[in-house]
Amino acid sequence: MMKKLFVPLALVTAAMFAYAPIAINRVPLESTMLLVQKIFYFHFATWMALTTVIAVCGAASLIYLFQGSKIADAYAVASAELVVVFGVFGLFSGSLWGRKAWGVWWQWDARVTMATMLVMVFLGYLMVRKYGGPGSEKLAAAMGIFGAATAPFVYKSVDWWRTIHPQTSVVRTLGEKFPAAWDLVLFCSTAFVLLAVLLLIARVRLEGMRNELDRMYLAAEDE
Amino acid sequence: MEVGFFRVALLVLKKDLAIEAKSREIVYTTLFFAISCVMIFGFAFVMEEGVPVDGAAAGILWIAVAFSGTLALGRTFERERYGETLRALLLAPASRPAIYAGKLLGMILMMVATEVILTPLVAVLFHAPLFAHPWLLIALLGLGTVGFAAVGTLFAAMLVRTRTRDVLLPILLYPITIPVIIAGVRGTAALLQTPPEEPVATLWIGLLVAFDVVFTTLALWTFEPLMTE
Repeated sequence: MMKKLFVPLALVTAAMFAYAPIAINRVPLESTMLLVQKIFYFHFATWMALTTVIAVCGAASLIYLFQGSKIADAYAVASAELVVVFGVFGLFSGSLWGRKAWGVWWQWDARVTMATMLVMVFLGYLMVRKYGGPGSEKLAAAMGIFGAATAPFVYKSVDWWRTIHPQTSVVRTLGEKFPAAWDLVLFCSTAFVLLAVLLLIARVRLEGMRNELDRMYLAAEDE
Repeated sequence: MEVGFFRVALLVLKKDLAIEAKSREIVYTTLFFAISCVMIFGFAFVMEEGVPVDGAAAGILWIAVAFSGTLALGRTFERERYGETLRALLLAPASRPAIYAGKLLGMILMMVATEVILTPLVAVLFHAPLFAHPWLLIALLGLGTVGFAAVGTLFAAMLVRTRTRDVLLPILLYPITIPVIIAGVRGTAALLQTPPEEPVATLWIGLLVAFDVVFTTLALWTFEPLMTE
Protein backbone atom coordinates (compact mmCIF):
# COMPACT_ATOMS: atom_id res chain seq x y z
CA MET A 1 0.00 0.00 0.00
CA MET A 2 2.85 2.32 0.98
CA LYS A 3 4.51 1.56 -2.35
CA LYS A 4 1.40 2.43 -4.35
CA LEU A 5 0.91 5.68 -2.45
CA PHE A 6 4.51 6.76 -2.76
CA VAL A 7 4.57 8.05 -6.35
CA PRO A 8 1.30 10.07 -6.26
CA LEU A 9 2.30 11.48 -2.87
CA ALA A 10 5.74 12.42 -4.22
CA LEU A 11 4.13 14.20 -7.19
CA VAL A 12 1.76 16.18 -4.94
CA THR A 13 4.63 17.17 -2.63
CA ALA A 14 6.82 18.21 -5.57
CA ALA A 15 3.99 20.35 -6.96
CA MET A 16 3.46 21.95 -3.54
CA PHE A 17 7.15 22.75 -3.17
CA ALA A 18 7.23 24.17 -6.70
CA TYR A 19 4.27 26.43 -5.93
CA ALA A 20 5.40 27.47 -2.42
CA PRO A 21 8.00 30.11 -3.49
CA ILE A 22 5.46 31.69 -5.85
CA ALA A 23 2.85 31.88 -3.08
CA ILE A 24 5.39 33.22 -0.59
CA ASN A 25 6.35 35.88 -3.11
CA ARG A 26 2.71 36.86 -3.60
CA VAL A 27 1.62 37.11 0.04
CA PRO A 28 1.65 40.75 1.32
CA LEU A 29 4.63 41.90 3.41
CA GLU A 30 4.29 41.75 7.18
CA SER A 31 4.04 45.26 8.65
CA THR A 32 7.05 45.33 11.02
CA MET A 33 9.58 42.82 9.68
CA LEU A 34 8.79 43.26 5.96
CA LEU A 35 10.72 40.90 3.66
CA VAL A 36 12.60 39.14 6.48
CA GLN A 37 9.37 37.67 7.85
CA LYS A 38 8.98 35.51 4.73
CA ILE A 39 11.46 32.98 6.06
CA PHE A 40 8.82 32.20 8.68
CA TYR A 41 6.77 30.10 6.21
CA PHE A 42 9.58 27.56 5.82
CA HIS A 43 10.96 27.95 9.36
CA PHE A 44 7.66 27.14 11.04
CA ALA A 45 6.87 24.38 8.53
CA THR A 46 10.21 22.69 9.28
CA TRP A 47 9.39 22.49 12.96
CA MET A 48 5.95 21.09 12.16
CA ALA A 49 7.62 18.33 10.13
CA LEU A 50 10.04 17.81 13.02
CA THR A 51 7.16 17.50 15.50
CA THR A 52 5.61 14.84 13.26
CA VAL A 53 8.78 12.74 13.07
CA ILE A 54 9.45 13.09 16.81
CA ALA A 55 5.95 11.79 17.52
CA VAL A 56 6.57 8.88 15.13
CA CYS A 57 9.93 8.14 16.77
CA GLY A 58 8.47 8.16 20.31
CA ALA A 59 5.53 5.95 19.37
CA ALA A 60 7.65 3.55 17.28
CA SER A 61 10.23 3.26 20.10
CA LEU A 62 7.49 2.40 22.60
CA ILE A 63 5.98 -0.22 20.28
CA TYR A 64 9.42 -1.71 19.63
CA LEU A 65 10.23 -1.81 23.33
CA PHE A 66 7.02 -3.51 24.42
CA GLN A 67 6.35 -5.75 21.41
CA GLY A 68 9.78 -6.14 19.86
CA SER A 69 8.51 -5.63 16.33
CA LYS A 70 11.31 -5.10 13.80
CA ILE A 71 9.23 -2.79 11.63
CA ALA A 72 8.60 -0.43 14.55
CA ASP A 73 12.37 -0.29 15.11
CA ALA A 74 12.85 0.58 11.43
CA TYR A 75 10.34 3.43 11.81
CA ALA A 76 12.18 4.63 14.94
CA VAL A 77 15.60 4.81 13.21
CA ALA A 78 14.15 6.43 10.12
CA SER A 79 12.30 9.09 12.10
CA ALA A 80 15.29 9.77 14.39
CA GLU A 81 17.44 10.50 11.34
CA LEU A 82 14.73 12.82 10.01
CA VAL A 83 14.54 14.63 13.36
CA VAL A 84 18.22 15.48 12.95
CA VAL A 85 17.77 16.54 9.32
CA PHE A 86 14.76 18.78 9.95
CA GLY A 87 16.23 19.99 13.25
CA VAL A 88 19.43 21.17 11.60
CA PHE A 89 17.44 22.86 8.83
CA GLY A 90 15.14 24.50 11.39
CA LEU A 91 18.06 25.77 13.49
CA PHE A 92 19.75 27.04 10.35
CA SER A 93 16.69 28.90 9.05
CA GLY A 94 16.13 30.25 12.57
CA SER A 95 19.73 31.45 12.68
CA LEU A 96 19.34 33.27 9.35
CA TRP A 97 16.14 34.89 10.57
CA GLY A 98 17.72 35.77 13.91
CA ARG A 99 20.61 37.49 12.15
CA LYS A 100 18.15 39.85 10.46
CA ALA A 101 15.51 40.21 13.19
CA TRP A 102 17.63 40.16 16.37
CA GLY A 103 20.99 41.14 14.83
CA VAL A 104 22.79 37.97 15.95
CA TRP A 105 23.27 34.52 14.45
CA TRP A 106 22.78 32.82 17.79
CA GLN A 107 20.77 33.93 20.80
CA TRP A 108 20.88 32.23 24.22
CA ASP A 109 17.16 31.96 24.28
CA ALA A 110 15.09 29.24 25.93
CA ARG A 111 13.45 27.91 22.78
CA VAL A 112 16.64 27.96 20.73
CA THR A 113 18.74 26.32 23.45
CA MET A 114 16.20 23.63 24.25
CA ALA A 115 15.52 22.92 20.57
CA THR A 116 19.25 22.43 20.03
CA MET A 117 19.39 20.02 22.97
CA LEU A 118 16.42 18.15 21.51
CA VAL A 119 18.27 17.72 18.22
CA MET A 120 21.27 16.55 20.26
CA VAL A 121 19.15 13.88 21.97
CA PHE A 122 18.42 12.42 18.55
CA LEU A 123 22.04 12.78 17.45
CA GLY A 124 22.80 10.78 20.60
CA TYR A 125 20.20 8.27 19.44
CA LEU A 126 22.08 7.79 16.17
CA MET A 127 25.42 7.55 18.03
CA VAL A 128 24.07 4.82 20.30
CA ARG A 129 22.97 2.83 17.30
CA LYS A 130 26.32 3.27 15.62
CA TYR A 131 28.68 2.76 18.55
CA GLY A 132 26.56 0.96 21.15
CA GLY A 133 27.31 -2.54 19.89
CA PRO A 134 24.86 -5.42 20.28
CA GLY A 135 21.67 -4.65 22.15
CA SER A 136 21.89 -0.95 21.39
CA GLU A 137 18.41 -0.96 19.77
CA LYS A 138 16.81 -0.98 23.21
CA LEU A 139 19.03 1.80 24.49
CA ALA A 140 18.16 3.80 21.42
CA ALA A 141 14.47 3.14 22.03
CA ALA A 142 14.82 4.64 25.51
CA MET A 143 16.47 7.70 23.97
CA GLY A 144 13.59 8.02 21.51
CA ILE A 145 10.98 7.78 24.26
CA PHE A 146 12.68 10.29 26.57
CA GLY A 147 13.46 12.61 23.66
CA ALA A 148 9.82 12.62 22.60
CA ALA A 149 8.82 13.27 26.23
CA THR A 150 10.91 16.45 26.40
CA ALA A 151 9.54 17.81 23.10
CA PRO A 152 6.35 19.32 24.66
CA PHE A 153 8.54 21.21 27.14
CA VAL A 154 10.53 22.69 24.26
CA TYR A 155 7.29 23.79 22.62
CA LYS A 156 6.00 25.46 25.80
CA SER A 157 9.39 26.89 26.84
CA VAL A 158 8.76 30.27 25.17
CA ASP A 159 5.67 30.85 27.29
CA TRP A 160 7.47 30.20 30.58
CA TRP A 161 10.78 31.89 30.07
CA ARG A 162 11.20 35.62 29.50
CA THR A 163 12.55 35.15 26.04
CA ILE A 164 13.16 36.79 22.70
CA HIS A 165 11.66 34.02 20.55
CA PRO A 166 7.98 34.71 19.63
CA GLN A 167 5.47 32.97 21.90
CA THR A 168 3.18 30.16 20.81
CA SER A 169 0.19 32.56 20.82
CA VAL A 170 1.70 34.40 17.82
CA VAL A 171 0.92 31.47 15.55
CA ARG A 172 -2.42 30.71 17.19
CA THR A 173 -3.76 34.24 16.61
CA LEU A 174 -2.29 34.55 13.13
CA GLY A 175 -5.55 33.41 11.49
CA GLU A 176 -7.42 36.52 12.71
CA LYS A 177 -4.65 39.07 12.26
CA PHE A 178 -3.15 38.04 8.94
CA PRO A 179 -5.38 35.45 7.20
CA ALA A 180 -3.34 35.31 3.98
CA ALA A 181 -0.21 34.40 5.97
CA TRP A 182 -2.11 31.82 8.00
CA ASP A 183 -3.31 30.01 4.88
CA LEU A 184 0.23 29.98 3.51
CA VAL A 185 1.63 28.70 6.81
CA LEU A 186 -0.83 25.81 6.65
CA PHE A 187 0.11 25.15 3.00
CA CYS A 188 3.86 25.12 3.70
CA SER A 189 3.44 23.01 6.83
CA THR A 190 1.45 20.45 4.89
CA ALA A 191 4.16 20.37 2.21
CA PHE A 192 6.91 19.80 4.79
CA VAL A 193 4.95 17.16 6.70
CA LEU A 194 4.28 15.35 3.40
CA LEU A 195 8.00 15.53 2.59
CA ALA A 196 8.77 14.06 6.01
CA VAL A 197 6.29 11.23 5.43
CA LEU A 198 7.80 10.49 2.00
CA LEU A 199 11.36 10.40 3.34
CA LEU A 200 10.15 8.23 6.21
CA ILE A 201 8.56 5.69 3.88
CA ALA A 202 11.67 5.55 1.70
CA ARG A 203 13.99 5.18 4.70
CA VAL A 204 11.86 2.47 6.32
CA ARG A 205 11.92 0.54 3.05
CA LEU A 206 15.72 0.83 2.98
CA GLU A 207 15.95 -0.38 6.58
CA GLY A 208 13.66 -3.29 5.73
CA MET A 209 15.88 -4.24 2.80
CA ARG A 210 18.98 -4.05 4.99
CA ASN A 211 17.40 -6.37 7.54
CA GLU A 212 16.39 -8.75 4.77
CA LEU A 213 19.94 -8.70 3.40
CA ASP A 214 21.39 -9.44 6.86
CA ARG A 215 18.96 -12.31 7.24
CA MET A 216 19.96 -13.73 3.85
CA TYR A 217 23.65 -13.46 4.69
CA LEU A 218 23.10 -15.35 7.93
CA ALA A 219 21.00 -17.96 6.17
CA ALA A 220 23.70 -18.41 3.51
CA GLU A 221 26.38 -18.82 6.18
CA ASP A 222 24.35 -21.52 7.91
CA GLU A 223 24.18 -23.66 4.81
CA MET B 1 6.46 -15.62 46.34
CA GLU B 2 6.48 -11.99 45.28
CA VAL B 3 7.80 -9.55 47.81
CA GLY B 4 6.05 -6.19 48.09
CA PHE B 5 7.20 -3.19 46.04
CA PHE B 6 8.41 -1.01 48.92
CA ARG B 7 10.07 -3.89 50.70
CA VAL B 8 12.12 -4.76 47.59
CA ALA B 9 13.03 -1.12 47.02
CA LEU B 10 14.14 -0.74 50.62
CA LEU B 11 16.14 -4.00 50.52
CA VAL B 12 17.99 -2.88 47.39
CA LEU B 13 18.61 0.49 49.00
CA LYS B 14 19.85 -1.17 52.20
CA LYS B 15 22.21 -3.36 50.18
CA ASP B 16 23.68 -0.37 48.34
CA LEU B 17 24.04 1.64 51.52
CA ALA B 18 25.70 -1.27 53.34
CA ILE B 19 28.31 -1.62 50.57
CA GLU B 20 28.84 2.13 50.51
CA ALA B 21 29.14 2.36 54.30
CA LYS B 22 31.96 -0.22 54.20
CA SER B 23 34.07 1.40 51.47
CA ARG B 24 32.71 4.98 51.32
CA GLU B 25 34.22 4.93 47.84
CA ILE B 26 31.45 6.69 45.92
CA VAL B 27 30.81 9.44 48.45
CA TYR B 28 34.49 10.31 48.83
CA THR B 29 35.44 10.18 45.13
CA THR B 30 32.30 12.03 44.06
CA LEU B 31 32.78 14.74 46.64
CA PHE B 32 36.44 15.14 45.74
CA PHE B 33 35.54 15.43 42.06
CA ALA B 34 32.77 17.97 42.77
CA ILE B 35 35.16 20.14 44.77
CA SER B 36 37.76 19.95 41.98
CA CYS B 37 35.07 21.15 39.56
CA VAL B 38 34.26 24.09 41.83
CA MET B 39 37.95 25.04 42.07
CA ILE B 40 38.34 24.99 38.27
CA PHE B 41 35.28 27.20 37.90
CA GLY B 42 36.77 29.47 40.53
CA PHE B 43 39.71 30.15 38.23
CA ALA B 44 37.37 30.73 35.29
CA PHE B 45 34.81 33.02 36.93
CA VAL B 46 36.66 35.00 39.59
CA MET B 47 38.07 38.24 38.24
CA GLU B 48 41.34 39.87 39.30
CA GLU B 49 39.93 41.70 42.32
CA GLY B 50 38.86 38.37 43.79
CA VAL B 51 35.19 39.10 43.09
CA PRO B 52 33.24 36.34 41.35
CA VAL B 53 31.15 37.10 38.26
CA ASP B 54 27.53 37.90 39.16
CA GLY B 55 25.27 34.86 39.32
CA ALA B 56 28.11 32.42 38.60
CA ALA B 57 27.41 30.46 41.80
CA ALA B 58 24.13 28.97 40.53
CA GLY B 59 25.74 27.57 37.39
CA ILE B 60 28.82 26.31 39.23
CA LEU B 61 26.73 24.50 41.83
CA TRP B 62 24.58 22.75 39.26
CA ILE B 63 27.40 21.78 36.93
CA ALA B 64 29.30 20.30 39.87
CA VAL B 65 26.17 18.38 40.90
CA ALA B 66 25.58 17.06 37.37
CA PHE B 67 29.21 16.09 36.72
CA SER B 68 29.74 14.39 40.06
CA GLY B 69 26.34 12.71 39.70
CA THR B 70 27.47 11.14 36.44
CA LEU B 71 30.59 9.85 38.16
CA ALA B 72 28.55 8.30 40.97
CA LEU B 73 26.14 6.70 38.48
CA GLY B 74 28.98 5.11 36.59
CA ARG B 75 30.55 3.74 39.78
CA THR B 76 27.37 2.26 41.31
CA PHE B 77 26.71 0.18 38.27
CA GLU B 78 30.35 -0.65 37.64
CA ARG B 79 30.24 -2.28 41.06
CA GLU B 80 27.20 -4.34 40.06
CA ARG B 81 28.86 -5.35 36.81
CA TYR B 82 32.10 -6.33 38.49
CA GLY B 83 30.40 -8.68 40.89
CA GLU B 84 27.93 -9.91 38.23
CA THR B 85 25.30 -8.93 40.78
CA LEU B 86 22.95 -7.00 38.51
CA ARG B 87 21.97 -10.24 36.82
CA ALA B 88 21.36 -11.78 40.23
CA LEU B 89 19.22 -8.80 41.19
CA LEU B 90 17.19 -9.11 38.00
CA LEU B 91 16.75 -12.87 38.48
CA ALA B 92 15.37 -12.33 41.98
CA PRO B 93 11.62 -12.94 42.27
CA ALA B 94 10.91 -9.26 42.71
CA SER B 95 9.24 -6.72 40.48
CA ARG B 96 11.70 -4.89 38.22
CA PRO B 97 10.29 -1.41 38.88
CA ALA B 98 10.91 -2.01 42.60
CA ILE B 99 14.56 -2.81 41.90
CA TYR B 100 14.79 0.37 39.85
CA ALA B 101 13.19 2.36 42.68
CA GLY B 102 15.72 0.96 45.15
CA LYS B 103 18.68 1.85 42.95
CA LEU B 104 17.19 5.29 42.35
CA LEU B 105 16.78 5.96 46.08
CA GLY B 106 20.39 4.96 46.70
CA MET B 107 21.54 7.25 43.92
CA ILE B 108 19.51 10.18 45.26
CA LEU B 109 20.91 9.68 48.77
CA MET B 110 24.49 9.66 47.49
CA MET B 111 23.96 12.80 45.42
CA VAL B 112 22.29 14.53 48.37
CA ALA B 113 25.25 13.59 50.58
CA THR B 114 27.53 15.41 48.13
CA GLU B 115 25.21 18.40 47.87
CA VAL B 116 25.07 18.83 51.65
CA ILE B 117 28.77 19.66 51.63
CA LEU B 118 28.99 21.21 48.17
CA THR B 119 26.25 23.84 48.59
CA PRO B 120 27.66 25.64 51.67
CA LEU B 121 31.09 25.46 50.06
CA VAL B 122 29.89 27.23 46.90
CA ALA B 123 27.98 29.75 49.02
CA VAL B 124 31.13 30.62 50.99
CA LEU B 125 33.62 30.57 48.12
CA PHE B 126 31.52 32.66 45.74
CA HIS B 127 29.95 35.02 48.30
CA ALA B 128 26.51 33.81 47.21
CA PRO B 129 23.50 34.24 49.54
CA LEU B 130 22.32 30.70 48.72
CA PHE B 131 20.76 30.19 52.13
CA ALA B 132 18.61 33.33 52.17
CA HIS B 133 15.67 31.14 51.11
CA PRO B 134 16.62 27.70 52.44
CA TRP B 135 13.32 25.96 51.65
CA LEU B 136 13.20 27.11 48.04
CA LEU B 137 16.84 26.07 47.59
CA ILE B 138 16.19 22.67 49.14
CA ALA B 139 13.17 22.22 46.88
CA LEU B 140 15.17 23.16 43.77
CA LEU B 141 18.14 20.94 44.62
CA GLY B 142 16.00 18.03 45.80
CA LEU B 143 13.68 18.02 42.80
CA GLY B 144 16.58 18.56 40.39
CA THR B 145 18.45 15.63 41.92
CA VAL B 146 15.41 13.37 41.61
CA GLY B 147 14.96 14.26 37.92
CA PHE B 148 18.65 13.80 37.11
CA ALA B 149 18.94 10.54 39.04
CA ALA B 150 15.69 9.14 37.58
CA VAL B 151 17.01 9.33 34.02
CA GLY B 152 20.59 8.57 35.07
CA THR B 153 19.76 5.37 36.97
CA LEU B 154 17.76 4.01 34.04
CA PHE B 155 20.45 4.73 31.45
CA ALA B 156 23.35 3.61 33.64
CA ALA B 157 21.53 0.33 34.32
CA MET B 158 20.98 -0.24 30.61
CA LEU B 159 24.56 0.65 29.74
CA VAL B 160 26.00 -2.02 32.04
CA ARG B 161 25.84 -4.48 29.14
CA THR B 162 27.46 -2.11 26.64
CA ARG B 163 31.18 -2.04 25.98
CA THR B 164 31.35 1.74 25.45
CA ARG B 165 29.38 2.58 28.61
CA ASP B 166 31.85 5.16 29.95
CA VAL B 167 31.54 7.30 26.84
CA LEU B 168 27.87 6.75 26.21
CA LEU B 169 26.54 7.64 29.67
CA PRO B 170 27.35 11.37 29.54
CA ILE B 171 26.47 11.53 25.86
CA LEU B 172 23.00 10.16 26.50
CA LEU B 173 22.40 11.69 29.90
CA TYR B 174 23.21 15.38 29.41
CA PRO B 175 20.98 16.19 26.43
CA ILE B 176 18.01 14.47 28.07
CA THR B 177 18.50 15.98 31.52
CA ILE B 178 19.31 19.48 30.23
CA PRO B 179 15.75 20.72 30.92
CA VAL B 180 16.23 19.69 34.56
CA ILE B 181 19.59 21.45 34.77
CA ILE B 182 18.24 24.58 33.04
CA ALA B 183 15.34 24.70 35.52
CA GLY B 184 17.72 24.20 38.45
CA VAL B 185 20.22 26.84 37.34
CA ARG B 186 17.56 29.40 36.44
CA GLY B 187 15.65 28.82 39.69
CA THR B 188 18.80 29.10 41.81
CA ALA B 189 19.96 32.17 39.87
CA ALA B 190 16.59 33.82 40.58
CA LEU B 191 17.20 33.29 44.31
CA LEU B 192 20.61 34.95 44.02
CA GLN B 193 19.21 38.14 42.43
CA THR B 194 19.07 41.28 44.53
CA PRO B 195 16.25 41.41 45.50
CA PRO B 196 15.56 37.65 45.17
CA GLU B 197 12.80 36.74 42.72
CA GLU B 198 10.79 34.12 44.61
CA PRO B 199 7.96 33.85 42.03
CA VAL B 200 10.50 32.96 39.32
CA ALA B 201 12.07 30.32 41.55
CA THR B 202 8.62 28.90 42.33
CA LEU B 203 7.85 28.72 38.60
CA TRP B 204 10.98 26.64 38.00
CA ILE B 205 10.15 24.43 40.98
CA GLY B 206 6.79 23.74 39.35
CA LEU B 207 8.55 22.80 36.13
CA LEU B 208 10.95 20.52 37.99
CA VAL B 209 7.95 18.73 39.54
CA ALA B 210 6.56 18.22 36.03
CA PHE B 211 9.90 16.85 34.76
CA ASP B 212 10.26 14.55 37.78
CA VAL B 213 6.78 13.12 37.32
CA VAL B 214 7.28 12.54 33.57
CA PHE B 215 10.81 11.10 33.87
CA THR B 216 10.13 8.85 36.87
CA THR B 217 6.91 7.51 35.41
CA LEU B 218 8.55 6.76 32.07
CA ALA B 219 11.55 5.13 33.77
CA LEU B 220 9.41 2.92 36.04
CA TRP B 221 7.28 1.95 33.07
CA THR B 222 10.13 1.13 30.65
CA PHE B 223 12.65 -0.40 33.09
CA GLU B 224 11.14 -3.88 32.81
CA PRO B 225 11.27 -4.23 28.99
CA LEU B 226 14.59 -2.34 28.80
CA MET B 227 16.34 -4.71 31.16
CA THR B 228 15.00 -7.86 29.51
CA GLU B 229 17.51 -9.41 27.18
